[in-house]
Amino acid sequence: MHPLARFLIRRILLAVLMAWGITLVTFVLTNLVPGDPVAANLGQRALGDPAIVAQWRAEHGLDKPLWQQYLIHLQGLVQGDLGMSQQSHRPVGQDLAEFVPATLELAGAAILVSLVLGVGFGVVAALRRDRLSDHALRVLSLIGISVPTFWLALLAFYVFFYRLQLTPGSGRVDVALGLAPPVTGLQTVDALLAGRWDIFASAAGHLVTPALVLALYTIGLLTRFTRSAVLEVLGQDYVRAARAKGLPGRTILFRYVLRSALVPIITVAGLAFGSLLSGTVLVEAIFAWPGVGQYAYKSATTLDLPAVMGVGLVVGIVYLVINLIVDVLYGVIDPRVRLQ
Amino acid sequence: MTLDITGLKMSIGGKDILRGVDLRLSEGRVHGLAGESGSGKTMTGLAVLGLLPHGARVSGAIRLGERDLLTLPPKELNRVRGGEVAMVFQDPATSLHPMLTIGKQLTEHMRHHLGLGKAEAKARAVELLGKVRIPGPAEAYGRFPHQFSGGMRQRIAIAIALACSPKVLIADEPTTALDVTVQAGVLRLLRGLCDELGLAVLLVTHDLGVMSAVADEVSVMKDGLVVETGPRASVLREPGHAYTRSLLDSLPDTELT
Repeated sequence: MHPLARFLIRRILLAVLMAWGITLVTFVLTNLVPGDPVAANLGQRALGDPAIVAQWRAEHGLDKPLWQQYLIHLQGLVQGDLGMSQQSHRPVGQDLAEFVPATLELAGAAILVSLVLGVGFGVVAALRRDRLSDHALRVLSLIGISVPTFWLALLAFYVFFYRLQLTPGSGRVDVALGLAPPVTGLQTVDALLAGRWDIFASAAGHLVTPALVLALYTIGLLTRFTRSAVLEVLGQDYVRAARAKGLPGRTILFRYVLRSALVPIITVAGLAFGSLLSGTVLVEAIFAWPGVGQYAYKSATTLDLPAVMGVGLVVGIVYLVINLIVDVLYGVIDPRVRLQ
Repeated sequence: MTLDITGLKMSIGGKDILRGVDLRLSEGRVHGLAGESGSGKTMTGLAVLGLLPHGARVSGAIRLGERDLLTLPPKELNRVRGGEVAMVFQDPATSLHPMLTIGKQLTEHMRHHLGLGKAEAKARAVELLGKVRIPGPAEAYGRFPHQFSGGMRQRIAIAIALACSPKVLIADEPTTALDVTVQAGVLRLLRGLCDELGLAVLLVTHDLGVMSAVADEVSVMKDGLVVETGPRASVLREPGHAYTRSLLDSLPDTELT
């Protein structure tokens, strides 16, 4: 078998095992949280009536022992059933299918922007070390790292939408246009698939500000890391050897320098994208983005346990996928990893 | 073709590293450059290829045939690098890119400088690997540096340096990072290639034993200056300069030829 294929299979099996671990952890943590879902969901008068309380607990399976609850939960999961949300009174799976794509679109755009700009800025800063552009990028990345996302989101909303009226306001598209027929759940992609340029333009316009706000921290982080990774590789013997061979500068940069520098960059990027996901909660709240962050916040405050577990599972799986991608990329880039 | 270094001066941040170096390399001869660490031997080698560190200021002349390498425009200098003047570095564990195959590193500059096609370049690469005595050259072509021993890696680095048939080879401490048992093999290989291909070799080393084994001419550097130069036998047997004498006296065993 090709060594890369064997490497891939091993990593995927490990990821499945981890996914099972995630279900256990989300379930246990959710049930450990101090707070009674009965109190959060029933009104004052109903709470006073033990019969109603008992009936509500039985209805939601809360009267059974914890291990039984977990087995029922796991059994449901295997069949694609995440339980009923106590708030929306709809299956959690249906809720997630509605909200997750919106967040994926926002986070995906932010990840794309931060990779392109972060790595690009970092390379420029390293190649132009100690010159004006390097200093300017250092200031920019420091701002990106130190400014809190929620504050930046408010500021961007106020300046670009309210004051300058450059960007559209909240939501994913203009209400007047309506949504594109859902295929992937990503508005920009669905609009393109349907050939609706007007919706695409509106969706892209709505995406720009929140995605940039969300990306700024990661851009700053990646700029710093890429700069130091590239500088370190530039000092390596093999780069000097490549120069001694008379290779063109572009070849040296892409084939020799970036390839090695990518290993630490990917490590940091994987971690940063995880924290970028938690940033979506705040950004979604401020830009009224109908994503999973808002849904998570609402279900957490109402102790809607099935919904909370559903969100936990989705976030956990997204982390797993990011880690899997990072691991596979290590193997693709570095033969020493895949030939082990 | 000869390589003539005259009055080469170099300073970094106001500190003088080279203070007027004169050296002459000629076809089919190995010129040994000795001296302690920090005497400027490596910098002299790097200056020939224009690979000096960030912020270095250079004056003097480095003539390759009719051209002065110090004043050559970057594009033409890039044609000289690897094409006419090649370099072998001290540590083959770091001078080969760990993530690129031997084949890639052997052929990329051939294809760039000589305009060879993929198949031609590969054929020549395999031939070169055989010439530096890598066992199973065709299989070695697709392997990565970490799959070879130190001595083999340095042979590969030499093959890479020779790929475009350069006229001048600068070998910067090519055996220092290797086991003593492998050193002799690499040196014999260098000497043999020099004779066979008519290369002008600059062998930078602090090891006078290495020097006496392969060099035709010997120059001794101290504090950025060449203090003594001449045929190996006369420099090593009847050193004229006090510093050369002290270098020789510092050897545990002074049985040099």
